[in-house]
Amino acid sequence: MDLTLSLILQIFYVIANLALISLGLAIIFGMMRVINLAHGEFLMLGGYTVVVATNNGVNLWFAMLVLAPVVVGAIGVVVERLLIRWLYGRMIDTLLATWGLSLFFIGIITTIFGASTSTTISPPLGVVSIGEYTSSGYEMLLIGITAGLLVAVYLVLKYTALGLVARGTMQNPDMAAALGVSTSRIYMITFGLGAAISGFAGGLLAPVTGVLPTIGAIYIAKAFITVISGGASILAGTASASILLGGINGVVTFLTGPTLGEVALLAAAIILLRFMPTGITGRLFRKSQ
Amino acid sequence: MNGMFGQFRGTLFAALLALIFTIAAPSILEFFTIITLTQVIGLSILALSLALIWGYGGILCFGQTAFFGLGAYSYAIAAVNIGGSTGAMFIAVAVAAAFAAVLGYFAFYGKISDVYLAVITLTVSLIMYSLIRRTSGPEYKIGDALLGGFNGTGAPPLNVPGNAGAVLFPEHTFYVAMVALILLYVFCGWLVNTHFGRVCVSIRENEIRAELLGYDTRAYKLGIFTVGAAVAAIGGIFFCIGVTRVTPDVFSLGQASLTIIWVIVGGRGTLAGPVLAAFGLYYLTASLGTQQVVNTSLVLGIILIAFVLLAPRGVVPGIEKLATARRAGRRNRAKERRMRLRKPRGGISEDRHETG
Amino acid sequence: MTINRRKFLAAGATAALAAPFYARLGLADDPIKFVSILDQTGGLDIYGRPMVETTKMAIDEMNAAGGLLGRQIDLKVYDPQSSIQFYTQYATQAAAGDRADTVHAGITSASREAIRPTLFRYETLYFYNVQYEGGVCDINNFCTGSTPAQTVEKLVPYCMGKWGKKVYIIAADYNYGQITAQWVQKYVRDNGGEAVETEFFPLDVTNFGPTIKKIQAARPDMVMSALVGGAHVSFYRQYAAAGMNASVPIASTTFGVGNEHRLISAEEGNGIICAYSYFEEIPSEANMSFVKRFKDRLGDDAPGLNELAARSYEGAYLWAEGVKAAGSVDRMQVIDALRTGIGYDGPSGRVQIEPKTNHAVQNVYLAELQNQSFNIIETYENQPPSDTLLVCDLVADPTQSTFKFENGLKAAGIDI
Repeated sequence: MDLTLSLILQIFYVIANLALISLGLAIIFGMMRVINLAHGEFLMLGGYTVVVATNNGVNLWFAMLVLAPVVVGAIGVVVERLLIRWLYGRMIDTLLATWGLSLFFIGIITTIFGASTSTTISPPLGVVSIGEYTSSGYEMLLIGITAGLLVAVYLVLKYTALGLVARGTMQNPDMAAALGVSTSRIYMITFGLGAAISGFAGGLLAPVTGVLPTIGAIYIAKAFITVISGGASILAGTASASILLGGINGVVTFLTGPTLGEVALLAAAIILLRFMPTGITGRLFRKSQ
Repeated sequence: MNGMFGQFRGTLFAALLALIFTIAAPSILEFFTIITLTQVIGLSILALSLALIWGYGGILCFGQTAFFGLGAYSYAIAAVNIGGSTGAMFIAVAVAAAFAAVLGYFAFYGKISDVYLAVITLTVSLIMYSLIRRTSGPEYKIGDALLGGFNGTGAPPLNVPGNAGAVLFPEHTFYVAMVALILLYVFCGWLVNTHFGRVCVSIRENEIRAELLGYDTRAYKLGIFTVGAAVAAIGGIFFCIGVTRVTPDVFSLGQASLTIIWVIVGGRGTLAGPVLAAFGLYYLTASLGTQQVVNTSLVLGIILIAFVLLAPRGVVPGIEKLATARRAGRRNRAKERRMRLRKPRGGISEDRHETG
Repeated sequence: MTINRRKFLAAGATAALAAPFYARLGLADDPIKFVSILDQTGGLDIYGRPMVETTKMAIDEMNAAGGLLGRQIDLKVYDPQSSIQFYTQYATQAAAGDRADTVHAGITSASREAIRPTLFRYETLYFYNVQYEGGVCDINNFCTGSTPAQTVEKLVPYCMGKWGKKVYIIAADYNYGQITAQWVQKYVRDNGGEAVETEFFPLDVTNFGPTIKKIQAARPDMVMSALVGGAHVSFYRQYAAAGMNASVPIASTTFGVGNEHRLISAEEGNGIICAYSYFEEIPSEANMSFVKRFKDRLGDDAPGLNELAARSYEGAYLWAEGVKAAGSVDRMQVIDALRTGIGYDGPSGRVQIEPKTNHAVQNVYLAELQNQSFNIIETYENQPPSDTLLVCDLVADPTQSTFKFENGLKAAGIDI
């Protein structure tokens, strides 16, 4: 019983983890149709922000919750202004540009900080006990933060003027432009927001996984597949795909081991796309955000 | 019609240049360069295969590496078991093509297209990556061939057909690989000018119109997809012979992305461009690795970013465009050509943001 | 036509290959060519970068001291970017292009196996200075790192005596991890213990939650880890976050070599016991001087020193000892000289080539992690490469060039 309960919590954590690493990519892909191959590096930059800040005496919570999204969001805005905005209208080329960007970030971080950076941070909050089984309190908190983040993005998209304009631009950029919306500005904000959320996720995960300049490669494939499986709708898509793929991954990993867990996740995505060729939200929850 | 024949004449001309290069190679290149060229030729054949199915078939296959890697692994396993390379090459091509036919049937007859097809093929490649990395124990063998997991497995060298003992030297393997590349290049150039190839191009341009004209677009897509997979498998064979090993990295996301990038750099809608891009990027990366001044990733990243901004249509179409524009007095044709190049080749709808 | 042309080409290529080798003998005053091929970018850079730095330091020191045989040493460093295809490229370039006198290269076994046959074929002396699974039996290839039998044999009984007899084994899912796990199982059994579970992880796994639950359910006395690489560092963090480091301690033969002990915090790492043939904290004079020279050279940016980095330095010096004894850089003369029992007294103590295997007899140290640094707790001097010795005898047959453990231990005739 205790084992079952703590396993369920563990699977929730796998799901939250998947949603967390995917959301930033989902926003950029869903709104702009930019496949951001530097997404993993945005997560890495968030992690580095937290590690460098805490090594210099900044409070861990402040570094994770404020500094990481702000710094990476700012980097995102700069990247959009200097690079991405020249590529609107030729979206395939953004693959090449963001691949170059990913190499650039890895290179520059390695040049500045070396191949590995000493850290002193560890997951805060101690241990949660369920009978004889213990889980990390911080992992439990991450489940909550992920849920909160999804709700916050939903509220922004649904109820703010910015969200309305962004959704309009996403549906029909020409019409939005004709109505006086600066689509260029919307894309800048969207890209910055996507980067900020990726940085936030990377910062939150830094105490759990640590940081290395090359750590981004671990996340990108999984995030990419989750986002595409989710389909057109950013939030419902990311959430539903994370639940489905993360759930399968968690269960199979526990039953057989991590390799088959990974394979089960990927195979589920293929089967899903075969029967719902436009992703989960292309078929279900069409009206959702 | 004339234009089509002209295009194929261009293909033959490029093939002739490549043949001259092959014959002249020992006198213009250093010995070690010739030995190491085999693996680069393998990569360039992979580029050629994607140039065919993406550039002409309009199928954005993000996981072309699945067939490349499958070809490499099948070759290594078959060659160890048979004890000779000739039959193993046929087996490798057959395995990859059969797998592509099944996967393609699953996808095209399920009406999967655009970015979703890209993701499905990528996912298939990543599944192979995960699965093959699981096979490190000694219990994972196919016949006498060890799979080797993360470390991969040795790839036997080529031998003279019918005589397994007469192993080719690496410098001779180069000639075989180069001839294979030239033949495949000519084959692809011929294929896109056949009736089949022209229907494929018309599907790329407008699938619904092609369907309304009575073509079963699914069958045509499946056909070119399978041919592309067979070509990729040949690339995989020469790659693993050149490296002398095959490791799971042939299926990795990095290799998959790189393949797409060759086609973008070389230009969609040409066959020679991606092939040259594969050579160019390989030697660029290799030469960056010989210096100690700056971080290799950093420089490579900056070069790629600069490339996107400065040469938006890829190298070969860029040059073609320049050449076409120079032919003054034939403005109409130049315009037509530019229009054609601007049309979306990939699966992702590009028109949505034209105004952004 | 084909045959004629092939014959023609064969003749031409043979001439092209042969010519440089005549040239090599003539030029006595040219610098000696030392090539290093180690990953400085990509996922393996955490291992490769310190190794390159110590190699550079060794060559600079030798040159400052007047070089070898009165000749300067020219170091050429290639970065294969964690990609096997570039290993093949650069090894061929080093052997057939640069005509290197020695090549020190390779981190993973896959990279070593990609270049070892090439260097053998082009008769270029090869040093592999990395801790690995053992089993290479190659007259041309000196493997100077520690192998599992050397370290596991000491670590397992020590930790079982300290913590208890129920052992949970986790290892990276590749040849090295599989073989190390087999040696752990053997020594656990030999010492009257029980290996309750052995689990393998692909090198890119970062979520160890399910495994930590399994460990909690199995209730072992200790965890034996052979996890490898940047992603696997997550295990130690998540293990501590679940409060497990307080109840079930960890021993490892792989923790620390990728700077893991500085990538996790002090509280997370305290108490982990490791075995290597080198630790930065070895209190000998030779080592303290080595560490100081290294830190002076690189300043604040100096990476941590581990077995791989120290052995790259010692490997270069070991080769130099061979050259001095042979009085020449000729490949066979240096190989013969190295196999006469020449050694080098370096920061890790004495490193000496064992002639049956071309592997190193070396010291093995056990150390316990406290506050991100290791305290040496045991020293075992002059440990022979006992695993490779079971399958390899280059004295009896000096023409061999194989990797006996590619198929695992059983296929090599070791039944454990």
